[in-house]
Amino acid sequence: MTVGKEWTEQSIQLIIDGLKHKPGAMLPILHAIQNEIGYIPEKAVAQIAESLLQTRAEVHGVISFYHHFRTTPPGKHTIEICRAEACQAVGCRSLEAHAKQSLGIDYHQTTANRQFSLEPVYCLGNCATGPSIRIDDDIHGRVSLERFDELVASHQQDMKEVG
Amino acid sequence: MSQRIYIPCDTTALSLGADQLAEAIQQEITQRGLDATIVRNGSRGMLWLEPLVEVDTAQGRVGYGAVSAQQVSELFDAGMLEGNQQHESCIGLVEDHPFLKKQQRLTFARSGITDPVSIEDYIALDGFNGLKNAIAMQPQNIVDEVKTSGLRGRGGAAFPTGIKWQTVLDTPSEQKYIVCNADEGDSGTFADRLVMECDPLMLIEGMTIAGLAVHATQGYIYLRSEYPVAHKLLNEAIERAYKAGYLGEDILGSGKRFDLEVRLGAGAYICGEETSLLDSLEGKRGLVRAKPPLPAIVGLFGQPTVVNNVLSFAAVPYIMDKGGQSYADYGMGRSRGTLPLQLAGNVKQGGLVELAFGISLRELMEDFGGGTLTGKPLKAVQVGGPLGAYLPASQWDTPVDYEEFAAVGAVLGHGGVVMFDETVDMGEQARFSMEFCKVESCGKCTPCRIGSTRGVEVIDRIRNGENANANWVLLEDLCETMVDGSLCAMGGMTPFPVQSVMKYFPEELSASR
Ligand SMILES: Cc1cc2nc3c(=O)[nH]c(=O)nc-3n(C[C@H](O)[C@H](O)[C@H](O)COP(=O)(O)O)c2cc1C
Ligand code: SF4
Ligand code: FES
Ligand code: FES
Repeated sequence: MTVGKEWTEQSIQLIIDGLKHKPGAMLPILHAIQNEIGYIPEKAVAQIAESLLQTRAEVHGVISFYHHFRTTPPGKHTIEICRAEACQAVGCRSLEAHAKQSLGIDYHQTTANRQFSLEPVYCLGNCATGPSIRIDDDIHGRVSLERFDELVASHQQDMKEVG
Repeated sequence: MSQRIYIPCDTTALSLGADQLAEAIQQEITQRGLDATIVRNGSRGMLWLEPLVEVDTAQGRVGYGAVSAQQVSELFDAGMLEGNQQHESCIGLVEDHPFLKKQQRLTFARSGITDPVSIEDYIALDGFNGLKNAIAMQPQNIVDEVKTSGLRGRGGAAFPTGIKWQTVLDTPSEQKYIVCNADEGDSGTFADRLVMECDPLMLIEGMTIAGLAVHATQGYIYLRSEYPVAHKLLNEAIERAYKAGYLGEDILGSGKRFDLEVRLGAGAYICGEETSLLDSLEGKRGLVRAKPPLPAIVGLFGQPTVVNNVLSFAAVPYIMDKGGQSYADYGMGRSRGTLPLQLAGNVKQGGLVELAFGISLRELMEDFGGGTLTGKPLKAVQVGGPLGAYLPASQWDTPVDYEEFAAVGAVLGHGGVVMFDETVDMGEQARFSMEFCKVESCGKCTPCRIGSTRGVEVIDRIRNGENANANWVLLEDLCETMVDGSLCAMGGMTPFPVQSVMKYFPEELSASR
């Protein structure tokens, strides 16, 4: 995910036009936009609605149904913590509490320095080696509290700019 | 010949540092000026040993388990490339490992042996034999072969696959679809993921055969967005299959067409339910549709559609290669063939265990799983995902079989086995079941949408000791209402784990009763 990338009405339209011919193009378009800029801006909703001949309310309805889509910019890195049963069995509840406390945010929030957003996730398919978390597109297993801190620290440092 | 070193590339291996390990090994090879090549293979499914490094030797492939990048230099010094078995991380010949040796791998026969996206590797181990047979057969004969196999859908409902295909074959239409349900939302399951990451060409082959069997020319794999590694590998495998003529307008020169595309879900558990999945594929909110009509008759974009789980399609190449009867020869009762089980949660040796139906849950957890990870006594086991019951010790001798599980009020579902040690608070687990339903309900019907919200509240009151007896009765009624009045199994089965806690662990839900 390229977070914080510049976007214009034209660049979004380009994405939409490249996919709108597909049957059931809505989700592919939403994914492509979120992949490119990190979220679905309000302006894009209007463009999607127009291009797919739907109402804005319909597009909003789809976006709000799915946990994955967001309408506000995320932090530079998104940390997802698995809350599901197999990870519960190996201590994800204390990992969740630790993460919220050490980042100083709750789920669906972003740190003040905009470095991290925190999200819950229900299973990453890494259930034999939990607790599991995902940071951007990388999944990490056997995440102890110490390992979590290390991972956060290594993602704090890489301040290199994107976009 | 250059020495080959295998390092898996599946999610679990990567989550435990496989890429960093591969980098360190490559560096070591270069520094020492050795003639060795790294192959990124799939996983063997012995997930507690990841990253599991294997080296070719005259006797076979020798494995080194749970290797970290820091250990590489030391392992090279200890003669890893010669297959020296002295080092403590050495597990000996991989294929002789009891965890693998005791399995009956039909679907996972190639997993971990091959480079997942190599067509050459795939063909060398029986790949595309089933497709070649299917091309030469009449659609009805393909469907008959699948019926003979006794294969029942591996997504949860265990409906006979051959009968579903027959319905689609018998429903005339210009356009039909093959849809693979790769939403794998159940906690404790990862067999679909392993197929897609370790042997994706098998899924492609299975879906193509389904297309030939029912006259469908377009396939979609609906993949959950939580699986970025599977997404990448599937797309790579599909691209290669197109280039080599296994997909497209003229499959292997037969004049028959089959196109395949991966579509991503977006983090909604309910989209694993097949009608919700179809709405999602059509670009809508994933609301559950009332049945009938069956998707086999009115499915994707209103057309006849086969919807099957990844493992159901993945069983088909074997069936079409070796014959339906040789698949049916495994199993017990009406559960034929093998089931890829997944050991997860608080387990010492977690991973994938493919076995003929019939083994007891206890044998599975002890002989394969080796007990709990913490070493503390096992207390409860949730089988079949978040909608499955928690089984207490008295039920661990139940054989793995759809009907036997149903008889004790449990489900096998997609084969996930999540183990909990004695530190688990079963009251909290019951609460989570309701909470999960509240978060993931599609919202279409009241018993599920409102019932789950009330369920959380009532359980909180019981756990706080507020009117525990009256609220206990309320919870019983609520569970019954959800079971009887919900449109789909989300609301209809969420009470199962709750009721199992009420029945077998009542004192943990309510100390004050
Ligand atoms: C709430 C809910 C979630 C489901 N999730 C999945 C899933 O993630 N994967 C799956 O294959 N089937 C899932 N199913 C079952 C499907 O509805 C359907 O039975 C299955 O895709 C049919 O394929 P099969 O016959 O090969 O099992 C789910 C069902 C329900 C009610
Ligand atoms: S039971 Fe729940 S998930 Fe199923 S249709 Fe009703 S509201 Fe939707
Ligand atoms: S339950 Fe956490 S990864 Fe599956
Ligand atoms: S997602 Fe529709 S009710 Fe929660």
